[in-house]
Amino acid sequence: MPQTRRGLVSWLLGGGVTASIAAFLYPVLRFMAPPPIAEASVNEVTAGKVKEFKVNAGRIVKFGSTPALLVRLGDDEWRSYSGVCTHLNCTVQYQESSRQIWCACHNGFYDLNGKVVSGPPPRPLEEFTVRVRGDEVVLSRRG
Amino acid sequence: MASLRGKPPIVEWLEERLAFDAIQAFIAHKKVPKHSATMWYYFGGITLFLFGIQVATGILLLLYYRPSAGEAYESVQFIVTRVEFGWLIRSIHSWSANLMILAAFIHMFSVVFLRAYRRPRELTWLSGVGLLGLALGFGFSGYLLPWNTISYFATKVGTDMAAAVPLIGPTLARFLRGGNEVGGATLTRFFGFHVAVLPALTTGLLMVHLFLVQRFGISSPPRVEEQNRASGGPAPEMPFFPNFFLRELMAWYAALAVLGMLAAIFPWELGEKADPFASAPAGIRPEWYFLAPFYTLKLIPSHVWMFEGELLGLLGFGLLAAWWVTLPFWANDRSGSERTRLVTGTGVALIAYLATFSALGYWK
Repeated sequence: MPQTRRGLVSWLLGGGVTASIAAFLYPVLRFMAPPPIAEASVNEVTAGKVKEFKVNAGRIVKFGSTPALLVRLGDDEWRSYSGVCTHLNCTVQYQESSRQIWCACHNGFYDLNGKVVSGPPPRPLEEFTVRVRGDEVVLSRRG
Repeated sequence: MASLRGKPPIVEWLEERLAFDAIQAFIAHKKVPKHSATMWYYFGGITLFLFGIQVATGILLLLYYRPSAGEAYESVQFIVTRVEFGWLIRSIHSWSANLMILAAFIHMFSVVFLRAYRRPRELTWLSGVGLLGLALGFGFSGYLLPWNTISYFATKVGTDMAAAVPLIGPTLARFLRGGNEVGGATLTRFFGFHVAVLPALTTGLLMVHLFLVQRFGISSPPRVEEQNRASGGPAPEMPFFPNFFLRELMAWYAALAVLGMLAAIFPWELGEKADPFASAPAGIRPEWYFLAPFYTLKLIPSHVWMFEGELLGLLGFGLLAAWWVTLPFWANDRSGSERTRLVTGTGVALIAYLATFSALGYWK
Protein backbone atom coordinates (compact mmCIF):
# COMPACT_ATOMS: atom_id res chain seq x y z
CA MET A 1 0.00 0.00 0.00
CA PRO A 2 1.24 3.55 -0.74
CA GLN A 3 2.83 5.41 2.16
CA THR A 4 2.40 9.01 1.00
CA ARG A 5 -0.64 11.09 0.13
CA ARG A 6 0.54 11.43 -3.48
CA GLY A 7 1.03 7.66 -3.65
CA LEU A 8 -2.46 7.06 -2.33
CA VAL A 9 -4.02 9.48 -4.83
CA SER A 10 -2.10 7.87 -7.71
CA TRP A 11 -3.12 4.43 -6.52
CA LEU A 12 -6.79 5.45 -6.31
CA LEU A 13 -6.64 7.12 -9.71
CA GLY A 14 -4.92 4.16 -11.35
CA GLY A 15 -7.26 1.73 -9.62
CA GLY A 16 -10.30 3.76 -10.69
CA VAL A 17 -9.17 3.89 -14.31
CA THR A 18 -8.38 0.16 -14.32
CA ALA A 19 -11.76 -0.66 -12.77
CA SER A 20 -13.49 1.56 -15.34
CA ILE A 21 -11.71 -0.14 -18.23
CA ALA A 22 -12.66 -3.55 -16.86
CA ALA A 23 -16.27 -2.41 -16.44
CA PHE A 24 -16.34 -1.25 -20.10
CA LEU A 25 -14.59 -4.29 -21.49
CA TYR A 26 -16.84 -6.88 -19.87
CA PRO A 27 -20.07 -5.91 -21.69
CA VAL A 28 -18.10 -5.34 -24.90
CA LEU A 29 -16.64 -8.85 -24.79
CA ARG A 30 -20.02 -10.36 -23.93
CA PHE A 31 -21.58 -8.40 -26.80
CA MET A 32 -19.03 -9.72 -29.28
CA ALA A 33 -19.71 -13.36 -28.40
CA PRO A 34 -22.37 -14.53 -30.90
CA PRO A 35 -25.52 -15.67 -29.08
CA PRO A 36 -26.39 -19.32 -29.52
CA ILE A 37 -29.06 -19.84 -32.16
CA ALA A 38 -31.12 -22.94 -31.66
CA GLU A 39 -31.27 -24.90 -34.90
CA ALA A 40 -33.56 -27.87 -35.20
CA SER A 41 -31.35 -30.90 -35.75
CA VAL A 42 -32.31 -32.61 -38.99
CA ASN A 43 -32.16 -36.39 -39.31
CA GLU A 44 -34.06 -36.90 -42.54
CA VAL A 45 -34.71 -34.84 -45.67
CA THR A 46 -36.37 -35.37 -49.02
CA ALA A 47 -33.78 -34.70 -51.71
CA GLY A 48 -36.21 -34.61 -54.67
CA LYS A 49 -37.95 -36.84 -57.24
CA VAL A 50 -36.15 -39.89 -58.61
CA LYS A 51 -36.50 -38.69 -62.22
CA GLU A 52 -34.64 -35.45 -61.38
CA PHE A 53 -31.38 -37.37 -60.85
CA LYS A 54 -29.32 -38.69 -63.79
CA VAL A 55 -27.28 -41.90 -63.58
CA ASN A 56 -23.54 -41.39 -62.88
CA ALA A 57 -24.16 -37.85 -61.66
CA GLY A 58 -24.04 -36.13 -58.30
CA ARG A 59 -25.88 -33.18 -56.87
CA ILE A 60 -25.62 -31.10 -53.70
CA VAL A 61 -28.86 -31.03 -51.72
CA LYS A 62 -29.79 -29.33 -48.44
CA PHE A 63 -29.55 -31.46 -45.32
CA GLY A 64 -30.77 -29.05 -42.63
CA SER A 65 -28.32 -26.17 -42.70
CA THR A 66 -25.47 -28.15 -44.28
CA PRO A 67 -24.91 -29.51 -47.80
CA ALA A 68 -25.18 -33.22 -48.63
CA LEU A 69 -23.89 -34.90 -51.79
CA LEU A 70 -26.29 -37.33 -53.46
CA VAL A 71 -24.86 -39.57 -56.19
CA ARG A 72 -26.93 -41.85 -58.42
CA LEU A 73 -24.66 -44.70 -59.59
CA GLY A 74 -27.26 -46.85 -61.34
CA ASP A 75 -31.04 -47.05 -61.70
CA ASP A 76 -31.45 -48.34 -58.17
CA GLU A 77 -28.02 -47.61 -56.75
CA TRP A 78 -27.61 -44.42 -54.69
CA ARG A 79 -24.97 -43.00 -52.36
CA SER A 80 -25.08 -39.97 -50.14
CA TYR A 81 -22.51 -38.27 -47.92
CA SER A 82 -22.10 -35.10 -45.98
CA GLY A 83 -21.03 -32.54 -48.58
CA VAL A 84 -18.54 -30.96 -46.20
CA CYS A 85 -14.90 -31.90 -46.78
CA THR A 86 -13.25 -33.11 -43.57
CA HIS A 87 -10.14 -31.08 -44.37
CA LEU A 88 -11.17 -27.41 -44.23
CA ASN A 89 -14.94 -27.28 -44.62
CA CYS A 90 -15.21 -26.78 -48.42
CA THR A 91 -18.14 -28.37 -50.25
CA VAL A 92 -17.21 -31.46 -52.28
CA GLN A 93 -18.51 -32.57 -55.71
CA TYR A 94 -18.91 -35.82 -57.66
CA GLN A 95 -16.42 -36.25 -60.50
CA GLU A 96 -18.08 -38.28 -63.23
CA SER A 97 -14.86 -39.08 -65.16
CA SER A 98 -12.98 -40.61 -62.20
CA ARG A 99 -16.15 -41.75 -60.36
CA GLN A 100 -14.73 -40.23 -57.21
CA ILE A 101 -15.70 -37.42 -54.84
CA TRP A 102 -13.44 -34.43 -55.23
CA CYS A 103 -12.79 -31.37 -53.11
CA ALA A 104 -11.60 -28.53 -55.34
CA CYS A 105 -10.12 -26.43 -52.54
CA HIS A 106 -7.07 -28.63 -51.81
CA ASN A 107 -7.49 -31.47 -54.32
CA GLY A 108 -8.74 -34.06 -51.86
CA PHE A 109 -10.29 -37.26 -53.28
CA TYR A 110 -12.73 -39.68 -51.61
CA ASP A 111 -13.96 -42.97 -53.06
CA LEU A 112 -17.61 -43.96 -53.33
CA ASN A 113 -17.53 -45.33 -49.78
CA GLY A 114 -16.54 -41.89 -48.52
CA LYS A 115 -12.99 -43.02 -47.68
CA VAL A 116 -10.02 -40.74 -48.39
CA VAL A 117 -8.15 -41.79 -51.53
CA SER A 118 -5.62 -38.98 -51.78
CA GLY A 119 -4.99 -35.42 -50.70
CA PRO A 120 -5.14 -33.74 -47.30
CA PRO A 121 -8.58 -34.76 -45.86
CA PRO A 122 -7.95 -36.45 -42.50
CA ARG A 123 -11.22 -38.42 -42.14
CA PRO A 124 -13.80 -40.10 -44.37
CA LEU A 125 -17.04 -38.29 -45.25
CA GLU A 126 -20.07 -39.05 -43.07
CA GLU A 127 -22.34 -41.36 -45.06
CA PHE A 128 -26.13 -40.99 -45.16
CA THR A 129 -28.69 -43.70 -45.87
CA VAL A 130 -30.64 -43.28 -49.12
CA ARG A 131 -34.15 -44.73 -49.53
CA VAL A 132 -36.57 -44.36 -52.38
CA ARG A 133 -40.15 -43.89 -51.16
CA GLY A 134 -42.56 -43.87 -54.03
CA ASP A 135 -41.01 -41.43 -56.47
CA GLU A 136 -39.07 -39.49 -53.83
CA VAL A 137 -35.46 -39.89 -52.70
CA VAL A 138 -35.06 -39.61 -48.93
CA LEU A 139 -31.76 -39.14 -47.10
CA SER A 140 -31.35 -39.96 -43.43
CA ARG A 141 -28.59 -39.82 -40.87
CA ARG A 142 -27.25 -43.22 -39.80
CA GLY A 143 -27.44 -44.38 -36.20
CA MET B 1 21.02 8.50 -22.13
CA ALA B 2 20.86 9.46 -18.49
CA SER B 3 17.08 9.97 -18.48
CA LEU B 4 16.55 6.37 -19.47
CA ARG B 5 18.58 4.88 -16.67
CA GLY B 6 16.70 2.60 -14.31
CA LYS B 7 13.71 1.97 -16.61
CA PRO B 8 12.65 -1.49 -17.77
CA PRO B 9 14.43 -2.45 -21.02
CA ILE B 10 11.16 -2.61 -22.97
CA VAL B 11 10.32 0.99 -21.96
CA GLU B 12 13.83 2.11 -22.97
CA TRP B 13 13.46 0.29 -26.27
CA LEU B 14 10.13 1.98 -26.99
CA GLU B 15 11.31 5.42 -25.84
CA GLU B 16 14.27 5.26 -28.17
CA ARG B 17 12.04 4.49 -31.14
CA LEU B 18 8.94 6.55 -30.35
CA ALA B 19 10.71 9.69 -29.06
CA PHE B 20 8.68 9.96 -25.86
CA ASP B 21 11.02 12.71 -24.68
CA ALA B 22 10.09 14.95 -27.59
CA ILE B 23 6.38 14.29 -27.05
CA GLN B 24 6.74 14.97 -23.32
CA ALA B 25 8.62 18.21 -23.99
CA PHE B 26 5.95 19.26 -26.51
CA ILE B 27 3.11 18.56 -24.09
CA ALA B 28 4.94 20.28 -21.23
CA HIS B 29 4.84 23.56 -23.16
CA LYS B 30 1.13 23.43 -23.84
CA LYS B 31 -0.84 25.78 -21.57
CA VAL B 32 -4.53 26.52 -21.06
CA PRO B 33 -5.74 30.01 -20.02
CA LYS B 34 -7.22 30.11 -16.53
CA HIS B 35 -10.17 32.43 -15.87
CA SER B 36 -13.81 32.41 -14.79
CA ALA B 37 -14.99 30.90 -18.14
CA THR B 38 -12.42 28.08 -18.35
CA MET B 39 -15.17 25.49 -17.82
CA TRP B 40 -16.47 26.10 -21.36
CA TYR B 41 -13.19 24.78 -22.74
CA TYR B 42 -14.17 21.27 -21.67
CA PHE B 43 -17.03 20.96 -24.16
CA GLY B 44 -14.80 20.51 -27.22
CA GLY B 45 -13.12 17.57 -25.46
CA ILE B 46 -16.48 16.17 -24.34
CA THR B 47 -17.70 16.28 -27.95
CA LEU B 48 -14.56 14.45 -29.04
CA PHE B 49 -14.99 11.87 -26.27
CA LEU B 50 -18.60 11.20 -27.26
CA PHE B 51 -17.49 10.89 -30.89
CA GLY B 52 -15.03 8.21 -29.71
CA ILE B 53 -17.91 6.40 -28.00
CA GLN B 54 -19.88 6.62 -31.26
CA VAL B 55 -17.02 5.05 -33.19
CA ALA B 56 -16.55 2.23 -30.64
CA THR B 57 -20.25 1.37 -30.24
CA GLY B 58 -20.84 1.81 -33.99
CA ILE B 59 -18.16 -0.76 -34.76
CA LEU B 60 -19.75 -3.13 -32.25
CA LEU B 61 -23.21 -2.72 -33.81
CA LEU B 62 -21.69 -3.48 -37.22
CA LEU B 63 -20.97 -7.00 -35.99
CA TYR B 64 -24.70 -7.80 -36.13
CA TYR B 65 -26.43 -5.10 -38.19
CA ARG B 66 -27.63 -6.02 -41.72
CA PRO B 67 -28.18 -3.08 -44.07
CA SER B 68 -31.14 -4.24 -46.17
CA ALA B 69 -34.83 -3.39 -46.04
CA GLY B 70 -35.68 -7.04 -45.42
CA GLU B 71 -33.25 -7.57 -42.55
CA ALA B 72 -32.33 -4.21 -40.96
CA TYR B 73 -35.20 -4.04 -38.48
CA GLU B 74 -34.88 -7.74 -37.59
CA SER B 75 -31.13 -7.43 -37.06
CA VAL B 76 -31.59 -4.49 -34.66
CA GLN B 77 -34.33 -6.46 -32.92
CA PHE B 78 -31.88 -9.35 -32.64
CA ILE B 79 -29.25 -7.01 -31.16
CA VAL B 80 -31.57 -5.63 -28.49
CA THR B 81 -33.25 -8.90 -27.56
CA ARG B 82 -30.77 -11.73 -28.16
CA VAL B 83 -27.24 -10.35 -28.00
CA GLU B 84 -25.86 -9.91 -24.49
CA PHE B 85 -25.70 -6.21 -23.57
CA GLY B 86 -27.00 -5.49 -27.07
CA TRP B 87 -29.74 -3.22 -25.72
CA LEU B 88 -27.09 -1.29 -23.77
CA ILE B 89 -24.68 -0.87 -26.68
CA ARG B 90 -27.46 0.29 -29.02
CA SER B 91 -28.90 2.58 -26.38
CA ILE B 92 -25.47 4.09 -25.68
CA HIS B 93 -24.95 4.64 -29.43
CA SER B 94 -28.27 6.49 -29.77
CA TRP B 95 -27.99 8.53 -26.58
CA SER B 96 -24.34 9.35 -27.18
CA ALA B 97 -25.21 10.64 -30.67
CA ASN B 98 -27.69 13.05 -29.14
CA LEU B 99 -25.40 14.14 -26.33
CA MET B 100 -22.55 14.61 -28.83
CA ILE B 101 -24.63 17.01 -30.90
CA LEU B 102 -25.74 18.83 -27.74
CA ALA B 103 -22.09 19.12 -26.60
CA ALA B 104 -21.10 20.35 -30.08
CA PHE B 105 -23.80 23.05 -29.95
CA ILE B 106 -22.66 24.15 -26.47
CA HIS B 107 -19.06 24.20 -27.69
CA MET B 108 -20.04 26.28 -30.72
CA PHE B 109 -22.03 28.85 -28.77
CA SER B 110 -19.30 29.11 -26.13
CA VAL B 111 -16.84 29.88 -28.95
CA VAL B 112 -19.17 32.66 -30.10
CA PHE B 113 -19.76 34.21 -26.69
CA LEU B 114 -16.09 33.93 -25.66
CA ARG B 115 -15.08 35.42 -29.07
CA ALA B 116 -12.76 32.51 -29.83
CA TYR B 117 -13.48 32.76 -33.59
CA ARG B 118 -11.41 35.97 -33.91
CA ARG B 119 -8.36 36.31 -36.13
CA PRO B 120 -6.37 34.09 -36.69
CA ARG B 121 -8.89 31.36 -35.78
CA GLU B 122 -11.34 31.79 -38.67
CA LEU B 123 -10.42 28.42 -40.16
CA THR B 124 -10.80 26.72 -36.78
CA TRP B 125 -14.36 28.12 -36.70
CA LEU B 126 -15.09 27.01 -40.26
CA SER B 127 -13.75 23.49 -39.67
CA GLY B 128 -15.77 23.29 -36.44
CA VAL B 129 -18.99 24.33 -38.16
CA GLY B 130 -18.19 21.80 -40.89
CA LEU B 131 -17.81 19.10 -38.23
CA LEU B 132 -21.19 20.05 -36.76
CA GLY B 133 -22.68 19.72 -40.25
CA LEU B 134 -21.13 16.25 -40.56
CA ALA B 135 -22.48 15.32 -37.12
CA LEU B 136 -25.97 16.31 -38.30
CA GLY B 137 -25.37 14.16 -41.40
CA PHE B 138 -24.47 11.25 -39.13
CA GLY B 139 -27.70 11.85 -37.20
CA PHE B 140 -29.86 12.02 -40.33
CA SER B 141 -28.33 8.94 -41.98
CA GLY B 142 -28.20 6.89 -38.77
CA TYR B 143 -31.83 7.63 -37.94
CA LEU B 144 -33.02 5.52 -40.90
CA LEU B 145 -30.84 2.48 -40.20
CA PRO B 146 -33.19 0.61 -37.78
CA TRP B 147 -35.79 0.83 -40.58
CA ASN B 148 -38.70 1.64 -38.30
CA THR B 149 -41.84 3.61 -39.11
CA ILE B 150 -40.74 6.92 -37.57
CA SER B 151 -37.32 6.90 -39.20
CA TYR B 152 -38.80 5.86 -42.54
CA PHE B 153 -41.24 8.75 -42.71
CA ALA B 154 -38.73 11.22 -41.24
CA THR B 155 -36.37 10.27 -44.09
CA LYS B 156 -39.16 10.68 -46.64
CA VAL B 157 -39.82 14.18 -45.31
CA GLY B 158 -36.10 15.03 -45.05
CA THR B 159 -35.22 13.92 -48.56
CA ASP B 160 -38.35 15.62 -49.90
CA MET B 161 -37.08 18.89 -48.43
CA ALA B 162 -33.87 18.37 -50.39
CA ALA B 163 -36.01 18.02 -53.53
CA ALA B 164 -37.29 21.59 -53.03
CA VAL B 165 -33.80 23.10 -53.43
CA PRO B 166 -33.83 25.25 -56.59
CA LEU B 167 -32.26 23.74 -59.75
CA ILE B 168 -30.44 20.76 -58.21
CA GLY B 169 -33.24 19.68 -55.85
CA PRO B 170 -34.68 16.70 -57.76
CA THR B 171 -31.19 15.38 -58.62
CA LEU B 172 -30.06 15.82 -55.02
CA ALA B 173 -33.13 13.98 -53.67
CA ARG B 174 -32.61 11.15 -56.15
CA PHE B 175 -28.95 10.95 -55.18
CA LEU B 176 -29.83 10.78 -51.47
CA ARG B 177 -32.57 8.19 -51.98
CA GLY B 178 -30.72 6.06 -54.49
CA GLY B 179 -33.91 6.22 -56.59
CA ASN B 180 -37.20 8.05 -56.80
CA GLU B 181 -38.57 6.80 -53.51
CA VAL B 182 -37.23 5.99 -50.06
CA GLY B 183 -36.68 2.23 -50.06
CA GLY B 184 -34.08 -0.49 -49.71
CA ALA B 185 -31.69 1.43 -51.98
CA THR B 186 -31.92 4.43 -49.64
CA LEU B 187 -31.13 2.26 -46.65
CA THR B 188 -28.04 0.75 -48.29
CA ARG B 189 -26.92 4.22 -49.37
CA PHE B 190 -27.48 5.81 -45.95
CA PHE B 191 -25.57 2.92 -44.39
CA GLY B 192 -22.66 3.63 -46.74
CA PHE B 193 -22.76 7.34 -45.85
CA HIS B 194 -23.03 6.55 -42.15
CA VAL B 195 -20.20 4.04 -41.80
CA ALA B 196 -17.78 5.02 -44.59
CA VAL B 197 -18.25 8.41 -46.27
CA LEU B 198 -19.04 10.53 -43.22
CA PRO B 199 -16.42 8.88 -40.95
CA ALA B 200 -13.74 9.47 -43.62
CA LEU B 201 -14.70 13.13 -44.02
CA THR B 202 -15.00 13.60 -40.26
CA THR B 203 -11.59 12.08 -39.58
CA GLY B 204 -9.95 14.43 -42.10
CA LEU B 205 -11.75 17.55 -40.89
CA LEU B 206 -11.22 16.63 -37.24
CA MET B 207 -7.48 16.38 -37.87
CA VAL B 208 -7.54 19.85 -39.44
CA HIS B 209 -9.60 21.23 -36.53
CA LEU B 210 -7.30 19.74 -33.87
CA PHE B 211 -4.21 20.85 -35.76
CA LEU B 212 -5.53 24.43 -35.84
CA VAL B 213 -6.44 24.32 -32.14
CA GLN B 214 -2.90 23.12 -31.51
CA ARG B 215 -1.31 25.70 -33.81
CA PHE B 216 -3.05 28.78 -32.41
CA GLY B 217 -3.49 27.58 -28.83
CA ILE B 218 -6.60 28.18 -26.77
CA SER B 219 -8.11 31.65 -27.06
CA SER B 220 -8.83 33.89 -24.08
CA PRO B 221 -11.94 36.12 -24.14
CA PRO B 222 -11.18 39.83 -24.89
CA ARG B 223 -12.15 40.96 -21.39
CA VAL B 224 -9.65 38.52 -19.87
CA GLU B 225 -6.96 39.72 -22.29
CA GLU B 226 -7.69 43.32 -21.21
CA GLN B 227 -7.56 42.40 -17.52
CA ASN B 228 -4.22 40.67 -18.07
CA ARG B 229 -2.86 43.69 -19.94
CA ALA B 230 -4.06 46.02 -17.18
CA SER B 231 -2.53 43.93 -14.41
CA GLY B 232 0.78 43.78 -16.26
CA GLY B 233 1.68 40.39 -14.84
CA PRO B 234 1.80 37.07 -16.71
CA ALA B 235 -1.60 35.76 -17.82
CA PRO B 236 -2.93 33.09 -15.44
CA GLU B 237 -2.73 29.70 -17.09
CA MET B 238 -2.40 26.02 -16.21
CA PRO B 239 -0.32 23.29 -17.84
CA PHE B 240 -2.34 21.20 -20.28
CA PHE B 241 -0.78 18.06 -18.84
CA PRO B 242 -1.59 16.90 -16.26
CA ASN B 243 -3.71 19.76 -14.84
CA PHE B 244 -6.16 20.42 -17.66
CA PHE B 245 -6.04 16.86 -18.93
CA LEU B 246 -7.11 15.37 -15.59
CA ARG B 247 -9.91 17.93 -15.28
CA GLU B 248 -11.02 17.02 -18.80
CA LEU B 249 -10.87 13.35 -17.79
CA MET B 250 -13.24 14.11 -14.91
CA ALA B 251 -15.57 15.88 -17.37
CA TRP B 252 -15.50 12.73 -19.53
CA TYR B 253 -16.39 10.62 -16.53
CA ALA B 254 -19.30 12.97 -15.79
CA ALA B 255 -20.45 12.72 -19.43
CA LEU B 256 -20.13 8.96 -19.23
CA ALA B 257 -22.19 8.87 -16.03
CA VAL B 258 -24.97 10.89 -17.66
CA LEU B 259 -24.77 8.69 -20.76
CA GLY B 260 -24.83 5.44 -18.79
CA MET B 261 -27.76 6.65 -16.72
CA LEU B 262 -29.81 7.71 -19.75
CA ALA B 263 -29.01 4.50 -21.65
CA ALA B 264 -29.90 2.25 -18.72
CA ILE B 265 -32.99 4.08 -17.46
CA PHE B 266 -34.40 5.12 -20.85
CA PRO B 267 -33.33 2.42 -23.35
CA TRP B 268 -33.76 3.65 -26.92
CA GLU B 269 -36.98 2.31 -28.40
CA LEU B 270 -37.05 0.37 -31.65
CA GLY B 271 -40.69 1.03 -32.63
CA GLU B 272 -42.58 -0.72 -35.42
CA LYS B 273 -41.00 -2.01 -38.61
CA ALA B 274 -41.31 0.42 -41.54
CA ASP B 275 -44.07 -0.36 -44.00
CA PRO B 276 -43.79 1.71 -47.21
CA PHE B 277 -47.44 1.06 -48.01
CA ALA B 278 -48.84 2.08 -44.63
CA SER B 279 -50.14 5.59 -43.83
CA ALA B 280 -47.87 7.84 -41.82
CA PRO B 281 -48.89 7.55 -38.17
CA ALA B 282 -49.52 10.63 -36.02
CA GLY B 283 -46.55 12.08 -34.16
CA ILE B 284 -43.95 11.73 -36.92
CA ARG B 285 -41.10 14.06 -36.13
CA PRO B 286 -37.34 14.14 -36.66
CA GLU B 287 -34.62 14.08 -34.01
CA TRP B 288 -34.69 17.09 -31.67
CA TYR B 289 -31.87 18.91 -33.50
CA PHE B 290 -33.96 19.07 -36.68
CA LEU B 291 -37.16 20.08 -34.85
CA ALA B 292 -36.73 23.85 -35.26
CA PRO B 293 -36.58 23.82 -39.08
CA PHE B 294 -39.25 21.08 -39.09
CA TYR B 295 -41.66 23.26 -37.10
CA THR B 296 -40.77 26.40 -39.09
CA LEU B 297 -41.74 24.63 -42.31
CA LYS B 298 -45.04 23.61 -40.71
CA LEU B 299 -45.84 27.28 -40.07
CA ILE B 300 -45.04 28.61 -43.54
CA PRO B 301 -48.15 28.67 -45.77
CA SER B 302 -48.09 26.56 -48.93
CA HIS B 303 -47.71 29.67 -51.12
CA VAL B 304 -46.37 33.09 -50.27
CA TRP B 305 -47.11 35.47 -53.15
CA MET B 306 -45.74 33.57 -56.18
CA PHE B 307 -43.30 31.34 -54.30
CA GLU B 308 -43.79 27.92 -52.77
CA GLY B 309 -43.65 28.04 -48.97
CA GLU B 310 -41.16 25.18 -48.72
CA LEU B 311 -38.80 26.94 -51.12
CA LEU B 312 -38.97 30.14 -49.10
CA GLY B 313 -38.26 28.20 -45.91
CA LEU B 314 -35.22 26.54 -47.43
CA LEU B 315 -34.01 29.88 -48.76
CA GLY B 316 -34.36 31.33 -45.26
CA PHE B 317 -32.43 28.43 -43.69
CA GLY B 318 -29.74 28.76 -46.35
CA LEU B 319 -29.28 32.46 -45.69
CA LEU B 320 -29.27 31.92 -41.93
CA ALA B 321 -26.66 29.16 -42.25
CA ALA B 322 -24.49 31.33 -44.53
CA TRP B 323 -24.76 34.25 -42.09
CA TRP B 324 -23.75 32.01 -39.19
CA VAL B 325 -20.90 30.20 -40.98
CA THR B 326 -19.31 33.47 -42.10
CA LEU B 327 -19.52 34.97 -38.59
CA PRO B 328 -15.74 35.59 -38.18
CA PHE B 329 -15.76 37.60 -41.40
CA TRP B 330 -18.45 40.10 -40.43
CA ALA B 331 -17.69 40.17 -36.71
CA ASN B 332 -15.42 43.18 -37.29
CA ASP B 333 -16.31 46.36 -39.17
CA ARG B 334 -14.07 47.93 -41.81
CA SER B 335 -12.11 49.89 -39.25
CA GLY B 336 -11.34 46.64 -37.46
CA SER B 337 -13.43 47.23 -34.33
CA GLU B 338 -15.48 44.36 -33.09
CA ARG B 339 -19.22 44.26 -33.66
CA THR B 340 -19.70 42.74 -30.23
CA ARG B 341 -23.39 43.56 -29.91
CA LEU B 342 -24.24 42.18 -33.33
CA VAL B 343 -22.41 38.90 -32.65
CA THR B 344 -23.90 38.46 -29.19
CA GLY B 345 -27.34 39.47 -30.46
CA THR B 346 -27.14 36.98 -33.31
CA GLY B 347 -26.02 34.21 -30.93
CA VAL B 348 -28.77 34.95 -28.42
CA ALA B 349 -31.41 35.23 -31.16
CA LEU B 350 -30.32 31.93 -32.69
CA ILE B 351 -30.44 30.13 -29.33
CA ALA B 352 -33.88 31.66 -28.65
CA TYR B 353 -35.15 30.57 -32.08
CA LEU B 354 -33.75 27.03 -31.77
CA ALA B 355 -35.05 26.59 -28.20
CA THR B 356 -38.54 27.99 -28.86
CA PHE B 357 -39.17 26.28 -32.19
CA SER B 358 -37.71 22.97 -31.00
CA ALA B 359 -40.01 23.06 -27.96
CA LEU B 360 -43.01 23.97 -30.15
CA GLY B 361 -42.06 21.25 -32.64
CA TYR B 362 -41.89 18.72 -29.83
CA TRP B 363 -45.12 19.57 -28.05
CA LYS B 364 -47.41 20.88 -30.80
